[in-house]
This record gives sequence, structure tokens and C-alpha cells, in this order.
Amino acid sequence: MDNVPVIELEKISKIYGKGDIAVHALDGVDLRVDPGEFIAIMGPSGSGKSTAMNVIGCLDSPTSGHYRFMGYEVSGLSRDQRALLRRHYLGFIFQGYNLLPRTSALHNVELPLIYMGKPRAARREAAMDALRKVRLEARAHHQPNELSGGQQQRVAIARALVGNPKVILADEPTGNLDTKSSVEIMDMLRTLNRDTGLTIVMVTHDQDMAKYADRLIWMVDGRIERDERKSRAA
Amino acid sequence: MAASSATNENRGRPEMLWETIRLAIQAIFRNALRSFLTVLGIVIGVGSVIAMVTVGQGSTQQVTADVQKLGTNIVIVVPGQDAMRGGPHGTTASMFTLRINDILQQRIPEVALSAPISQTRERVIFGKENRLSDIVGTDNRYFQAAGWDVAAGRLFEPGEIASGRAVCVIGETVHKELFGGGDPVGEKIRIGALSCRVIGRLLSKGASTFGSDQDDFVIMPLATFQRRIAGNTDVQSLYISIRNGASVEDAMVRITDLMRELRRIRTGEETDFEVLDMKQFATILTGITDILTGLLSTVAAVSLLVGGIGIMNIMLVSVTERTREIGIRLAIGARSYDVLLQFLVEAILLSLMGGVIGIIGGLLLGAAGTTWLSVPFSPSSGIILASFAFAALIGIVFGYFPARRAARMDPIEALRHE
Repeated sequence: MDNVPVIELEKISKIYGKGDIAVHALDGVDLRVDPGEFIAIMGPSGSGKSTAMNVIGCLDSPTSGHYRFMGYEVSGLSRDQRALLRRHYLGFIFQGYNLLPRTSALHNVELPLIYMGKPRAARREAAMDALRKVRLEARAHHQPNELSGGQQQRVAIARALVGNPKVILADEPTGNLDTKSSVEIMDMLRTLNRDTGLTIVMVTHDQDMAKYADRLIWMVDGRIERDERKSRAA
Repeated sequence: MAASSATNENRGRPEMLWETIRLAIQAIFRNALRSFLTVLGIVIGVGSVIAMVTVGQGSTQQVTADVQKLGTNIVIVVPGQDAMRGGPHGTTASMFTLRINDILQQRIPEVALSAPISQTRERVIFGKENRLSDIVGTDNRYFQAAGWDVAAGRLFEPGEIASGRAVCVIGETVHKELFGGGDPVGEKIRIGALSCRVIGRLLSKGASTFGSDQDDFVIMPLATFQRRIAGNTDVQSLYISIRNGASVEDAMVRITDLMRELRRIRTGEETDFEVLDMKQFATILTGITDILTGLLSTVAAVSLLVGGIGIMNIMLVSVTERTREIGIRLAIGARSYDVLLQFLVEAILLSLMGGVIGIIGGLLLGAAGTTWLSVPFSPSSGIILASFAFAALIGIVFGYFPARRAARMDPIEALRHE
């Protein structure tokens, strides 16, 4: 299992529009992410890092190329099949937290489990566990507007974790946060990665945040320009 | 990996469906006022159908019961065609006479009794009390044919009928209202310009169809009525009882033939009177109810259509408002089907809520209406179930388009939505 990459992109292209006005958001991207890796994708705006994120997160399908997720070809999956893939194997963290408004933290965290068809009691328990991991069990019944930005993002992390995904996809997770909260969030992600071996793919434009990852992908014009591995500190 | 082969997972799982319903209820009550206003059209539509059908069925039951009480051996002859709808005063056909009435009784063997009837409404005065009642001119044959019994006093004597004496028999309502339950026999009441001595009062028969009070009348000899009240020699209708064992249909044919002859209607010419048995009478009365029910059902249908459009509109607003929520759900792993179901269930519940409120309101209105009309209140479970099902159908039909719009959203676009 360990030698099968979690994510394997092979000559992935994503083209928007046709003919002269066609935009190559991704232009033959090759990428291999092994289990337990924490990678940061960086690049200027328009470099294709968001599109790469959407393709990796199965929110979008590539125009051409192969995408193997845990060894299975997923580039040709239907919309609903991709939804099921996200449901069972992926967790998302967004820049704007994207919690359901007027809904308690606990309920927000429970949401993925509802779609998994987990019974109510098991859902409660798992959601509380996830909130405990992000040290927010005391705020379980607070609604998002009663929580700080950093706390909301922690709820979002709990929501991403609760279904035991193979990969966490974080899209500018600290983009809306102050430095203190950002550090807190990044520490949390790194701890998760180290302690549980969770694979994390993060998009950021903040060099300081990218330092938390142990591998840095630099994208320009829909291509991977640099791929740097840090030696993992013990 | 199960994902690619498990597109059907969760479909129809009770746990999932219950969550969807719970979520929809939450969404509906989060905007309680808006939801209520949205379903008002459904409430009014369903409510008016239930109320109308309840009242209509009550009336029909009452008419049928009344007709059975009157007996199936009664035939009524009125001048004009469609006389029951226009009323005896609405026709241009000439009235009957006492002579025709008596010839019918003599010549047709099936006829047991034929009573001439003329009537109007007039104010009846006794002392300080007064009341607008039906004034009927007839003779003793009517009491017998219609089954009226004397509670106190007596009926008319032949001399009183022949000479048109100012004597009268009163119904229980007139007795109660004018005499406060005291003994009326021997007292004089005033009817218009006529002073009339009360010689008897009748046993109560109670309210009839549509709540009209059968006991609210004063009866006097036909001649008295003709001379002192109407000022003519008309007979407005004939109240005929058919002999036991004789065929009502045969009797009606004979009455028609003889009446045509007496009124000198040539072959091929149209009859200018109607011979109605109680079955037809009931049909005419319930026909009025049917027409009313039909009319109001049309109004209700329009109301339901408007209600459905209202639901579609509010669901479209809701889908737009919750675009981001839809994006989140899709990203987390909701399929198109899950999102479609969520919004469809919400629309159906919304519509059903309107249906239930409408059913309750309609039943209350129906109960009030039937009480007011003194007809039986017997709501039909069929129409209640049908209303419920119809409300659900409206939810499905008008909720489908907005729900499909939600289900087809692109998760990336939806998440970007502000």
C-alpha cells in the first residue's frame, strides 16, 4: 500500500473555452503524492494552482490526462461518482471557512457523516471527537457567527477530519486569518500530518505558511516549475 | 474502492431521508412567516374545497333524508318549466285552479289526495310580537298528504273552507314566537289587513333542507287566502300523494296527460308545467349544491395553481440564497440526487403544511357552515386524503424545477458565490 501514491497526475490538462480563446489552466501537469506527505502548492494568481486543487479534489475533471487516486483511475468519473469519492476519501478546508450559517459547530462537523449515512448517535460521538481534536469541544453548540475566524477554521478542520479521509485539501486555509490564528491552524495541520500520517495538499501564496509543508510545488502558467522536497525534520 | 460502483448508496436509507426531512423542517421554520405567506394560496385552495364539499355533502344528505321523510309517494305539480329553479313567481305560465286540482283527484285512480297550494310571505302580528312567515292557503287534504298532525285545537271545517272564513292553523315556530308557548287557540292574529282566528296549532317537524324552518307558517283555507291575501283565484302548486302500491311513474304520466288536456296544450306543443316526484325534487335541490360546489372548486383550483407558483417562486429564492450552502454540501460529498431530494422534500413539506392548515381550516369552516345550515357535519375522509395527496403533488410539480436548478449547480461556482 505504501508504494501506491495517493495522488498521481499524469499529463493533466484543463482547458477552458475553445479555439483562439481557449485558456490552458493546466498544461500537462505530472504530480505524485505519496501517503503521509504534506505538500504546499504555490504560484502567482492565474498560475493554475486553484484549478489543480479542484482537479485533485475531484470537484472538477481534467480535459485530458490521467488522474489515479489510490491507484484507481478517476479522471473519467461522473459527477456523482466524484461526489462519492469526495464523501469517503477527501476532506476540504476553504479560505472562507464555508461553514453552514445558523448551524452549530457540532452540526457542521456532523454534516459529512449524514451523507455517509451514519446513525445519529454515532454521528454525535464522531463529531465531538473531531471537535476535541481541534480543541473546540467547549464550543460545540456555538454557531459560526459566535466564533472567531480561527475557531471557525478549526471547526472546518474538524469537519474535514470527521469522515477519516485519505487526503485533506486546504485552499488558502489561513488567507482570512491574522498571524496568530494562522500559526495555530498551521501547527494543527502539521501535527495531524505527523501524528496520523494524513496526506495534506495545501494551496497558499504565503511563503511563511508554505514552510510548514515538507514539499513545495511552484506553479507558473499551468505547469509545475519547481518541486522541492525538504528533508523531514524528526 | 467502492466509490465507482456505489452510486446508489444511501438512496432511500431511512436515516438519510429522516435527516433530509429534519433539514427541510428547519429551513421552513427558519423563515416561518415567509413560509406561511408562501403556502397561503394552498391553504385557501384546500380550505375552500374541504369546506365546500363538507357543506355540500351535508346538504345533500339532509335533502335525501328529508325526501325520505316526506315519503316517496309525493308528487308536486308547478307551473312553467324549470319552475323549481326560477321559483313559481319566475314563470310566465298561467297558474292552476282549484277546479284542475279536484279533477286530478277524481279522474286519476293512482292519486290518493291532491291538495291545492298558494303561498306568500307576510308579516304576522299578535299583540306586540310580529314575525315574517309563510302564509299558505290550502285545505285539509294538505295536512293529510304532508303528514301534519294537530298538537292542539282542530283543523278546518268544511264550512270554513267553502266560505273562506278567517281562521287559521299555525306552525310551532309561529306559536313559539308570537305566543311564547302559550295557548293560541281562539286568539286573533293579524296578517296584513286580515284579522284571523287561530283554531289549531301543528306538531313541529323541525328544520328542513338548507335550514329552512318548516314550522314557520300560518295555514288558512284556500278561499280565504285567495280573497283576502292574494286577491285572485290562482292555485300556485298541487301537492299530490299517490296511493300505496300504485306506481308513481304511471301516476306522473297520467297527471301530465290530463293536465295537458285541461290546459289545452296541443300535441307537439311544449308542456307549461312540471310534474316532479321527490327524487327529481331532491335532484334539483342537490343540483344547486353541485353547481355551487363546482364554481367554488374552480376558484379553489386557481388558488392552488397560484399557491403552487408561490411555492416555486420562494423555492427559487431559497435556492439562490443558499447557493453557497449547496456548494458546501456538494464539496462534502452530496450528489445531485441528495441536493435535489433536499429541496424537493422542502417544497413538498411546505406544500403539505399548507394542505394540512387548509384541511383543518376547511373542516372548521365546514363545521360552522353545516351548523349554521342545520345540516349534518360528516366530513369525507376521501376528500381529505385527496387534498393531502394533491398538496403533495403541487409540492412535487412546482418544487421540481427549483430543486433541479440546485442539483445542477457546479460546486466550484457555488462555493465562490457571495
